[in-house]
Amino acid sequence: MSNYRIQGATGEWEVVIGLEVHAQVTSNSKLFSGAATAFGAEPNSQVSLIDAAMPGMLPVPNRECIRQAVRTGMAINAQINKWSRFDRKNYFYADLPQGYQISQLYHPLVGEGSLEVVLDSKDPEGSTKTIGIERIHVEQDAGKLMHDQHPTMSYVDLNRSGVALMEIVSRPDMRSPAEAGAYLAKLRQIVRYVGSCDGNMDQGSMRADVNVSVRRPGDEFGTRTETKNVNSVRFVMAVVESEARRQVALIEDGGTVVQETRLYDPDKNETRSMRSKEDAHDYRYFPDPDLLPLELDDAFLEECRASLPELPDAKRHRYETALGLSAYNAQTLTADVETAREFEALLASVAKASGKGEADVAKRVANWSLSEQPGVLSAAGASSDHPKNTVEANTAIVVATESGLISGSKAKEIFETYLTSEIDLDAEIAANKQSTDTGAIEAAVDAVLAANADKVAEYQGGKEALFGFFVGQTMKAMQGKGNPQLVNQVLKAKLG
Amino acid sequence: MTQLTDLGVAAIRSGVASGEFSALEVAEAFNARVAAAQDALNAFIVTTPEAAIAAAKATDAKRAAGQPLGKMAGVPIGMKDLFATKGVQTTAASHILEGFKPEYESTVSQKLWDAGAGMLGKLNLDQFAMGSSNETSYFGTVNSPWRRNDGSNTAMAPGGSSGGSSAAVAARLAPAATGTDTGGSIRQPAAFTGISGIKPTYGRCSRWGVVAFASSLDQAGPMARDVRDCAIMLEAMAGFDPKDATSLDLAVPEWEANLSGDMKGKKVGIPREYRVDGLDADVAASWDRGIEWLKDAGAEIVEISLPHTKYALPAYYIIAPAEASSNLARYDGVRYGLRDLPEGANLQEMYAATRAAGFGAEVKRRILIGTYVLSAGFYDAYYTQAQKVRTLISHDFKNAFTQCDVILAPTTPTAAFGLGEMVADPLAMYLNDVFAVPASLAGLPAMSVPAGLNREGLPLGLQIVGKPFDEQGVLNAGLAIEARAGFTAKPEQWW
Repeated sequence: MSNYRIQGATGEWEVVIGLEVHAQVTSNSKLFSGAATAFGAEPNSQVSLIDAAMPGMLPVPNRECIRQAVRTGMAINAQINKWSRFDRKNYFYADLPQGYQISQLYHPLVGEGSLEVVLDSKDPEGSTKTIGIERIHVEQDAGKLMHDQHPTMSYVDLNRSGVALMEIVSRPDMRSPAEAGAYLAKLRQIVRYVGSCDGNMDQGSMRADVNVSVRRPGDEFGTRTETKNVNSVRFVMAVVESEARRQVALIEDGGTVVQETRLYDPDKNETRSMRSKEDAHDYRYFPDPDLLPLELDDAFLEECRASLPELPDAKRHRYETALGLSAYNAQTLTADVETAREFEALLASVAKASGKGEADVAKRVANWSLSEQPGVLSAAGASSDHPKNTVEANTAIVVATESGLISGSKAKEIFETYLTSEIDLDAEIAANKQSTDTGAIEAAVDAVLAANADKVAEYQGGKEALFGFFVGQTMKAMQGKGNPQLVNQVLKAKLG
Repeated sequence: MTQLTDLGVAAIRSGVASGEFSALEVAEAFNARVAAAQDALNAFIVTTPEAAIAAAKATDAKRAAGQPLGKMAGVPIGMKDLFATKGVQTTAASHILEGFKPEYESTVSQKLWDAGAGMLGKLNLDQFAMGSSNETSYFGTVNSPWRRNDGSNTAMAPGGSSGGSSAAVAARLAPAATGTDTGGSIRQPAAFTGISGIKPTYGRCSRWGVVAFASSLDQAGPMARDVRDCAIMLEAMAGFDPKDATSLDLAVPEWEANLSGDMKGKKVGIPREYRVDGLDADVAASWDRGIEWLKDAGAEIVEISLPHTKYALPAYYIIAPAEASSNLARYDGVRYGLRDLPEGANLQEMYAATRAAGFGAEVKRRILIGTYVLSAGFYDAYYTQAQKVRTLISHDFKNAFTQCDVILAPTTPTAAFGLGEMVADPLAMYLNDVFAVPASLAGLPAMSVPAGLNREGLPLGLQIVGKPFDEQGVLNAGLAIEARAGFTAKPEQWW
């Protein structure tokens, strides 16, 4: 439970939040036409006769869009409605060629479901909360008006017209900006896992309408406002906070909150009124007579279910239990589907190359993936999609450290050199094979101790923190090739 | 000697196939007749003689090369101007689409061209297929070729909305024409002009590329001078279309090959609710004759009940305008068609000006009705209620068809009326479709065949309604009536 409260002049206020998230369905073509859906194409280059609402054109549902919405519903444990129907939402606007949006008001494809969110992503074992999801329905996106192309005219780009959206409607179950943010992040994580939406909020593939109201703790719900098209987790949290504060100030000043649609201005971090309920459209929803009800058979549902990947919560749990990773590492590795996918590819490859079980090498691979490799990439000024940052190269490095062939620090050094210059990775690893020659290590240790007699005295006088210094000096003297365990042993013995 | 323009679809097709005459001769004869009648009848919005000639030449070339000929080979037809025709103005008889030339061809018209038909032109109709007299067209009223026998020369309505189609076929400007039927728009004009027309089961003919009026009711069908011609043409028009989600995924039966006027073992239902008070005496008599003809053909006559008939028309005039109000929202002046942009107008003002100038009065009336019945607070009382009535009407037919194979009724409550006689009273005009609308609401195949003339010398039609998908039963009953009605009357040529 969240104890988030807005401190008003007259006491504490509780915030009530519900989100309507629009997620663009990942599909090659639009919801009811064969036109392409790629982001960033030339204006009006991905528009079919249907999307432009030419006379006599008819919508035909795209099975893949329905499939993706069903899979998303299954991923939130929602009820899948085997019988659903499309309705027309009627209004006039220049970006809406048909004069109506095909949506689902009365009989949505997906019914009740829920999501469990961790309130603090840095503390995966901390408190969780279940957020109810009322429904997911599928609908068409509108086109886009362009006001900056001509001094007196607006242009219309219909590329987005007819693209499939899932509208995922939560219950008013969230009580703080953090919960709203966690919910949206979790939803994004799940649709990316499922592959039903790319979750690219900066490209508008996912955007949220944020419903906010305030009340005295325990009171009835207050009047809500809806802030439209908020396009990042951070902005959603900011909207909740600023809108709640605005409402509290308004009520405490003797005003009343009006039910209205608002827009968020990220530059000023405030919401402002777009239109009030009085100007609200009467959308005249009615069943679309061009389309038959959508009836799903068991085979279709079975295929949807069978094609679902391991979902983030299950994956995180498996990483902890079967792979023995820490809760934090498991959380971090599963946070994004791409990270998990890369980790699992490397894990499988390393296990195979080293002839060990995945559980035996998981910690090493996790450490490499989460801390060592990112550090090397950053030092090399490379991104993770650097062409040489392959599974094979990473496997070679991790296997070499796992087997004790090279030290961890040498591994990073070699990998950085490999990324930034032309070297043969295997040859470099072989050349830097760390020494297990006790004689050589003893000689190096002796030299270091002799050269640092003052420090030896200090150490023996109780300044044990100096041990690391001796390790470092010895490794340096051996150009990083000394086996760290052996170096430690020898040093311990010689320092007494 | 018989003129080529007196021939129907089957006769032209066989004459062309046998080499008795060429398709080109046929096309030229019809082109000439179309041109000669255009001023008087106004059946066409645009004529396309070159398209008819091109199709005819293609057929003649195919025949010369010994290639197989299509079902409609060598037959020039009229195309109702509700079907999108690539590169040829398609208007739905509305100012708002004046000058609009689609980049695409409707599925039904494409199928007809593929079957060897040629296009004489785009036929006039009631604007957006809304009307029963062809008086709502922006491009002028169509005159029926028929006149009353009282010497008054009153200009008669050809029916609607397929009024250009009915007038053209009746006046021998075309051996056949496409029609569309939402609430009687094939059957009523066919009845008014002494020709045959069938609305198949909803979903038989693709709606793709047909300007929508009311999507859940719109259905294309042929209008021709006899039942066989209708069967031939319907075969060419029908078929599953993956581009129409409401299209029936069924093979097209061989209706022509299976035509039979033998009604032995068939039961014909006579709905008692259609025998309304004040039913026109000539219409009632014609219905009685129809019953006798079908008996004579071997059918057993059974009285049936369609108890919710009286609610059909009110339900229709809620559902059809509701769908139309939404279907016609796309005519907004933004992308194609008319744009009326007054000086300094914003988007809303452009919409208002464009739609005010572009739509005719009847279209506006129906958009207003449709918008009203879908509005918050009225939806349940009107639209939901009308949908319930629609379900009850379907059940009525389902029950009736447990007792009979087809239903026989008049097509219209009266014969054709004079142009202008009904314009002032839209409700009286709507009543014209009282017998046609129930089958539309139930999506059933229904046809009108000529049954004789009334005392004014005007044609009357009889309607046969069949079970879902049973166009064959409908056509066969139509054939049985046709064989006995001996309808040979044709309008005197006064133009």
